[in-house]
Amino acid sequence: MSQGRSGAEQRLVTPGMAIGPLTGMRVGSGAMSHNDEIIATKVGWVREINGTISVDPINSPYLPRSGDLVIGTVAEVRNNLWFLNINGSFQGLLPMSLAPWKVEFGQARQHMDVGDSALARVQEVDECHNVVLTMKGVGLRRLSQGAVVEVPVNHIDRIRGENNANLDRMKNISDCRIIVGENGRVWIDGDDNNISWTREALAIAKQHGHKSNFDSMMKKHEKTFTKQGDA
Amino acid sequence: MGGYGDIQLLRDDGLRLDGRKLDESRPVSIQAGILPAADGSAMVTHGLNVAVAAVYGPMEAHPRKIQRQDRAVIDVRYNMAPFSTSDRIRPGYNRRSREISKVTAEALESAVLVERFPRSKIRVEIEILAAEAGTRCAGITAASVALADAGIPMRDMVVGVASGKIEDTVVLDLDKAEDNYGQADLPVGILPNTGEIAFLQMDGDLSPEEFDLAMEYNFKAAKEIHEIMVDALKARYDGGDN
Repeated sequence: MSQGRSGAEQRLVTPGMAIGPLTGMRVGSGAMSHNDEIIATKVGWVREINGTISVDPINSPYLPRSGDLVIGTVAEVRNNLWFLNINGSFQGLLPMSLAPWKVEFGQARQHMDVGDSALARVQEVDECHNVVLTMKGVGLRRLSQGAVVEVPVNHIDRIRGENNANLDRMKNISDCRIIVGENGRVWIDGDDNNISWTREALAIAKQHGHKSNFDSMMKKHEKTFTKQGDA
Repeated sequence: MGGYGDIQLLRDDGLRLDGRKLDESRPVSIQAGILPAADGSAMVTHGLNVAVAAVYGPMEAHPRKIQRQDRAVIDVRYNMAPFSTSDRIRPGYNRRSREISKVTAEALESAVLVERFPRSKIRVEIEILAAEAGTRCAGITAASVALADAGIPMRDMVVGVASGKIEDTVVLDLDKAEDNYGQADLPVGILPNTGEIAFLQMDGDLSPEEFDLAMEYNFKAAKEIHEIMVDALKARYDGGDN
């Protein structure tokens, strides 16, 4: 989302600001048409691809989509289902039938209690924004160790990098297991020192993820780890 | 809006008591993203007014009876801190804060694309830390910047401005003395890019000609404040990108 912002034509816009004429252009996300003009609806960078003008927002709320990998925290437990906070407008519902365990009616709390974190996938989002989650799938599980860090949803792509290059490099350097959820939550597991270093890297992403010099800042941070390791 | 007594609000040289011209606003400064815990926030200093706004959400609307199936509701809470004026204000909700919360919510609803978030609630907290007339306008301006900072989609940002009448003369942006002893006050919420009016209140009497002049002053001030709002958002996000 925030990638590909190099180039002189990149400009930051705010809600209501005219981006360009409507004639011959399609209106993309983060923009709308008004009186033959395309105006921005969010603070972000203007992007024009194949005749579509859109705004890459710097900050925006998480809107769940079917198939998203998310890290949720159990907010409520019923006899046969869990409600998970997935950093969206609405809690995600995880029914007993989509849990990875065989759960007896009334025994849901024994498998996952309020405050526990879990890696899940969005199964379905209906037109009323109700979210159904599933934990049936490879790697989907309760997260019983490690740390969860929140980052802006719009910086996820930059944290991953092209073909996950940034994320892979971060994993190699820190020797941590890292899972990036689409909902702006990152799970880290490893040695305490390595987790601390990865947290610092994610703090940089949180603060500077929208800037063009983000990659160079991350590279600078990577060097600090090497020095610590050598020392 | 007393409008009584023989208090002089205009000097012999035609300027106002604080030296401003008739169509001159008090100095405005805006800072975006000042509260790390909020999804979006802003602080507006307008003259001696200081307003802080924080935005949370969109989130599931509670209680369920306030939910709208086709759009989000904007839940505004405007509050003046007990230390914001020279006389201590009794903490808590009162008739005035309830009214300002309502008109602010309605003004913001006309700018926010509420239809994008059905059944949701966007919570806007406005806290007035220092008050010197015009706090509802400062609050609306702060709330608009905070909403933009939170990434809530909007058609435009609402700018709160006010004009009024003192000694039978229309002036822009009343200060405390002018508000207390003047003849009229006209706070307006303006969408500067489209030129639409999101809210309008009038306290006191203005003739049609005076009203037109007051609105002309308001639109002029709204353009100036809007530029400061844009600069504040750019300063928050544009740093180090050039």
